[in-house]
Amino acid sequence: MSESTRKKVSAGLARRRRKERVFRMTGLLATTVGIVFLVVFFVDLIGKGSSAFRQTFVNLEVNFDAAIVAPDGSVDLQYADFDALARNALRGLFPEVSGRGPLRELNQLLSVGAGYQLRDMLVENPDLLGMTQSVWLPASSNVDMLQKGNIDASIDASLRTISDAQLAWIDALQRTGRLELHWNRAFFTNGDSREPELAGIRGALVGSFYMLLVTLVLALPIGVAAAIYLEEFAPRNRWSDLIEVNINNLAAVPSIVFGLLGLAVFINWAALPRSAPLVGGLVLSLLTLPVIIIASRAAIKAVPPSIRNAALGLGASRMQVVFHHVMPLSLPGMLTGAIIGMSRALGESAPLLMIGMVAFIVDVPAGLSDPATALPVQIYLWADSPERAFAERTSAAIMVLLGFLMLMNLVAVVLRKRMEQKW
Amino acid sequence: MPDRMAKANVTLPEQPSEIGKTVGNIRSANPYIVAENVNVYYGDNHAIRNVSLEIGTKEVIALIGPSGCGKSTFLRCLNRMNDSIESARVTGHITLAGTDICSKELDPVALRARVGIVFQKPNPFPKSIYDNVAYGPRIHGLAANRAELDNIVHTSLERAGLLKEVIDRLDEPGTGLSGGQQQRLCIARTIAVDPEVILMDEPCSALDPIATARIEDLMYELAEDYSIVIVTHSMQQAARVSQRVAYFHLGSLVEVDETNKIFTNPRHRLTEDYITGRIG
Ligand SMILES: Nc1ncnc2c1ncn2[C@@H]1O[C@H](COP(=O)(O)OP(=O)(O)O)[C@@H](O)[C@H]1O
Ligand SMILES: [Mg+2]
Repeated sequence: MSESTRKKVSAGLARRRRKERVFRMTGLLATTVGIVFLVVFFVDLIGKGSSAFRQTFVNLEVNFDAAIVAPDGSVDLQYADFDALARNALRGLFPEVSGRGPLRELNQLLSVGAGYQLRDMLVENPDLLGMTQSVWLPASSNVDMLQKGNIDASIDASLRTISDAQLAWIDALQRTGRLELHWNRAFFTNGDSREPELAGIRGALVGSFYMLLVTLVLALPIGVAAAIYLEEFAPRNRWSDLIEVNINNLAAVPSIVFGLLGLAVFINWAALPRSAPLVGGLVLSLLTLPVIIIASRAAIKAVPPSIRNAALGLGASRMQVVFHHVMPLSLPGMLTGAIIGMSRALGESAPLLMIGMVAFIVDVPAGLSDPATALPVQIYLWADSPERAFAERTSAAIMVLLGFLMLMNLVAVVLRKRMEQKW
Repeated sequence: MPDRMAKANVTLPEQPSEIGKTVGNIRSANPYIVAENVNVYYGDNHAIRNVSLEIGTKEVIALIGPSGCGKSTFLRCLNRMNDSIESARVTGHITLAGTDICSKELDPVALRARVGIVFQKPNPFPKSIYDNVAYGPRIHGLAANRAELDNIVHTSLERAGLLKEVIDRLDEPGTGLSGGQQQRLCIARTIAVDPEVILMDEPCSALDPIATARIEDLMYELAEDYSIVIVTHSMQQAARVSQRVAYFHLGSLVEVDETNKIFTNPRHRLTEDYITGRIG
């Protein structure tokens, strides 16, 4: 290399290094910004939502008074006033309270769930009738919010949802150790409710589970079969090109369009029930299908032709080539695609709004055609509610949803790593 | 510019008149495969031009020629592997021990059990060594029970000269073997189906000289039982293993003759140019 060439190269070298440094810094900056946003999001979410996993309970000495719940000798589960048992127990702690207004305020400290809990206890153990028992009963959401610091007791009484008298009672309960935050089991065992302290995600979770089940059962085999046909058997011509382009387009169609399609085809035309996980699952299958087909085709394409030739050369039929060699080798890729498609489906809410899964549903669905809602829709519903106590539940439900999404993606990664074929 | 075209035609060796007709002897004393007027087209690309060739029983015939002259394509005609290439179209007449193998009625699956193939790059299945060899017998139902299958696997590995090296790791993946071992595994896999003809497409070009020598030794032994058609880029290899040599050029079969005649006294100028290293 001559002197002048060497000079030119080294002159350029400094510039190249500078460019590289700038590029690296830009990349680092972009990554940092992304991570900061993610951290802020998680801190905010967990800060807001984690309190929903604990719930305020009141400790009361409840007398299962036969005169109230079993006036005719046997317990009247339908019409007996179980709330009265709880009310009487609370009144026993504050005998000085009298008059309709003050008593109503006192009763408002308890959740309507208190009566249900006492009824369930009696159903489980009929011997309790006539006995007195110490029970932790759910407090109303106002008490809960006060306990969690979401209600400012120092502002004017007319501006808060808790009266001064109620504040005093709450104070008294707390001093005697009768008010405590416990693990909020109801959040995981209850369906939706108008009362925030009773609202849980069980119904939405089960609804989402049924839908994903339908999606998996439909979209995975259909998607894999379509991918195998397109890759291994279909002739390459204008038609297959057209199909390919359309599948790719389908993957990019806004999800709400699939909801409209589901409404028109499954509900209006096929007369399937509204709000049912079956229809939701069908719609989500349509949504997931292109993702699975594309991922499966990529996985099939990645199987080296030399393996196909080896099998063909030994006299394997094309079916045998596919099922003995191509399928097993591309299965990890197919499953990864399926899981990614499913996790997308799990997070979808827009198409479900179209098919009526946005209704207020208290009961946990027992089957594919029961009215149900889904986790993201439940989040949407709660986020829309005015009560302060629904805000923490919204965040908590988001945490649960994200937890499931992360779990599914983790499974996809592990699956890929585990079954990856080294050539 | 017709002038320049004409001139180019004179100087270039691929002038059609020069390679249109095969010189030497395409006949075999005891033919097993008879190919007549075979033409292969890939779309508009006329890759094999009117090739006729007889392949003898238990004969080793080497196909030589520059890259892209159609050796692999012709080889694939012999077990219908061109079927899976969508643009490929084959015309002509090929018989295997009297059966027409180009006819639509013939199931290529049955044909490929009779005509095995070994590829350039060793391509064992990502399965165990045992399963690699057992795959063919399994899909064709050649073994009635496990003992018979074991027997087939062992004899095939033995004949491929691999048994000693792998006897105590039959359930390890075939992809974990060395390149030469993998290629012998592929040969074992092919002979496990008990074919009549073995096609080999440059079986040693991805191997080192020692592995190559082992495969060549193997070919001597296999030639006692099978007809072997081998594509090779190595003139030495062709000279060592084959009884006859066929020289292809631009899709035409230029010259076929006994190996020593081709290498000592080629009759066609193109053959001579090739074996003396002037084209290739
Ligand atoms: N799968 C294929 N599709 C299209 N053209 C092919 C294919 N395989 C080979 N060809 C063409 O056929 C001709 C002969 O190729 P090939 O038989 O592979 O030659 P060789 O094995 O002698 O190097 C070449 O022009 C090549 O481009
Ligand atoms: Mg070739």
